[in-house]
Amino acid sequence: MLRNATVSAIALIATLATAQAQAATEITWWHGMGGKNQEVINEISKRFNESQQACALTPVSRGTYEEALASGIAAFRSGEQPNILQVFDAGAATIMNAPGATIPAEDLITKAGYSFDRDAFVNGVRYFYADANGKFVGMPFNSSAPIMYTNTEAFEKAGVAPPKTWEEFETIAPKLKAAGYIPLVGSQLTWMFFENFFSRNNVQMASNTNGYDSVEGTTINATDPNLLMMWTKLKEWHDAGLFGFYGAGWSDNQAPFEQGKVAMWIGSSGSFGGLQSTATMPFSADFLPYWSSIEGAGTNSFIGGAALFAMAGHDEAQNKCTADFFQFLTSPEIQVFYHKATGYVPITTAAYELAKSEGYYDEKPVAEVGIKQLTLPGGEWSKGYRLGFYPQIRSIEEREFNRIFSGETSVEDAFETIKSEGDALLARFAKTAG
Amino acid sequence: MADLTESPPLRAARVRRSRAPAAAPAPAKRVQFDAPVLPWLFLAPQLIVVAVFFYWPSVQAVTSSFYIEDPFGFGATFVGLSNYTDALGSAEYHRVARFTAAFTAIVTALALAIGLLLAVKADAVIRGAATYKTLLIAVYAIAPPVSGLIGMMFFDMHIGPFVTFARWLGWDMQVGLDYVDTATAMIAVSVWKQVPYNFIFFLSGLQAVPVSVREAAMIDCASGWRRFRTVTLPLLAPTAFFLLIINVTYALFDTFGIIDVMLKDKPANNPVTLVYKVYNDGFRGNDIGGSSAQSVILMVVVFALTILQFRFLEKRIHYG
Repeated sequence: MLRNATVSAIALIATLATAQAQAATEITWWHGMGGKNQEVINEISKRFNESQQACALTPVSRGTYEEALASGIAAFRSGEQPNILQVFDAGAATIMNAPGATIPAEDLITKAGYSFDRDAFVNGVRYFYADANGKFVGMPFNSSAPIMYTNTEAFEKAGVAPPKTWEEFETIAPKLKAAGYIPLVGSQLTWMFFENFFSRNNVQMASNTNGYDSVEGTTINATDPNLLMMWTKLKEWHDAGLFGFYGAGWSDNQAPFEQGKVAMWIGSSGSFGGLQSTATMPFSADFLPYWSSIEGAGTNSFIGGAALFAMAGHDEAQNKCTADFFQFLTSPEIQVFYHKATGYVPITTAAYELAKSEGYYDEKPVAEVGIKQLTLPGGEWSKGYRLGFYPQIRSIEEREFNRIFSGETSVEDAFETIKSEGDALLARFAKTAG
Repeated sequence: MADLTESPPLRAARVRRSRAPAAAPAPAKRVQFDAPVLPWLFLAPQLIVVAVFFYWPSVQAVTSSFYIEDPFGFGATFVGLSNYTDALGSAEYHRVARFTAAFTAIVTALALAIGLLLAVKADAVIRGAATYKTLLIAVYAIAPPVSGLIGMMFFDMHIGPFVTFARWLGWDMQVGLDYVDTATAMIAVSVWKQVPYNFIFFLSGLQAVPVSVREAAMIDCASGWRRFRTVTLPLLAPTAFFLLIINVTYALFDTFGIIDVMLKDKPANNPVTLVYKVYNDGFRGNDIGGSSAQSVILMVVVFALTILQFRFLEKRIHYG
């Protein structure tokens, strides 16, 4: 007993001594990344810790994006929240409509004595995690764009060029099919052909300026005639064997492209890193097509991926460290490192220029497609959307999309359902936020 | 619940008395604790565990089911029963509830039937009995997410061997896309996971049937099936009843891991059970009030189901 007590006492003293020796302010970062991306996050944290003495950052993986958000919320409710929480695009409204939960990144950074230049960020990134006045609430971190990967052999065999618009697709698709390929497949159609249908074609996605102005009375524009036209076409293409659909799972739709059976696959710019090792054939990439028949179409796409939020309820020293880390993260060197290691796009113009000057895109032109698409001229409706309970609305979309292609419902009925159930969820969210 | 679970031995005791009224039972020695506090002390660890992990969360779920709450806990609005009416009035909820009922019935029936069949056959094996039994039981050691993962690979739409086999039979199986195909895959994996558990219990139940009874039955009746039906099965009834309740609970709740893994985070139009929906709305959708209301409904249903089983089924069971 006495021996145990002595050992504990020594351990305690040792702990105190090391704590004194370090004297660094400890901050934590909860994120939703695994595998290769998690290693990159650990590397960035290590570099941050080595770059200065005052702060010690610990990154913690909390599972998937959704699990990270859920555990962040649970931790906040019990007063155990981390300093930094990574929140994905669809969950943005949840955290941004709870103003007491976070400190806007812009306020945090200016308070720490840095200057904050909104224009330093690339076009597609600038507004997505900002409030209606353009103030950055979340710090964009890993940003991606939905782009079209093309199977080089398929296009050579069919003797056609990759399409820029869906009209062009309609003319070349039968040739690709005749050459023995499934012309088109897409992963996560909610992101590709719903959310980014609105951004690429510059169509309003929701009332109240895509939900930015207020949560009260926001409704989703899911029965837009242009959107219905796009989906009626998709269904026709599917029935004609021009579009392959393998369910809502991401990899189920990516696999046939990797195996060389598909001519065009709509995936994420962030898929590039993985595709380099999994694709069995040479491939290239291009922008997500749009409809030239829609006026003003061809604008930039919304960013996907996630942002970092500074959680409220920590002392000044810790907040200063969080601000320091955000500054470190947006430095061009770190951005370029992250861009190359993961395939996510650089979020600042300076970082983009640096990657260009290093000749990275001459070596790997596919890596530039995402950032180029995000820096296309913006339109009124391509800045972003802010919709509460959007992860659930996405589930409804996924359900209805599957039902469209399995023939259980018609395109019109499916989008009526998305509209009515989506509006009900938005109204419900307004109640929770009110 | 507590008095219900205690009823089998009491009932058994009563039955025994009524059969042998002549033999006066020897008066049992009454043991009593002197201090009234001591038994509670012994019970305390268990009671605390039950209170903390069962009663407290249940009370919390009931409370929050009457509120619409901001996920971060900044404010909650009392909405009365509207979370319940919202859930019960939604077509999607009905769809999920219907599937859950069918799923539970099919998984329970198949898992019990296959478990019983294997137990009866394994019981009859003489050579290498231990090997057969170990092989059959081994599956039980696999954790649900792992069996979900194995099932997912078996039924993968691009490379799954079962899908290839189904295609060979002329069935274009598309798990993850077609409602019925996904349901089939889920049921197959869930049953496969539960069969060993039933097997163990049925086997020990069979081995508890006295040799004298078996031999007597052999003399009286030549038909193996009839012997099984009239002698073995009634003697297995207590085991079967216990397994019925366990299997229903398994199908309702413990299949969550399998379903979650097989759906790969994207339920879409695929069948899900009520528990999965509670998780999906609560943890992924951050709708705490709505999700709590659903879990309370589920709690009431399971409670009612268990009471029904005890009231109507258990009466027919003879505890030897």
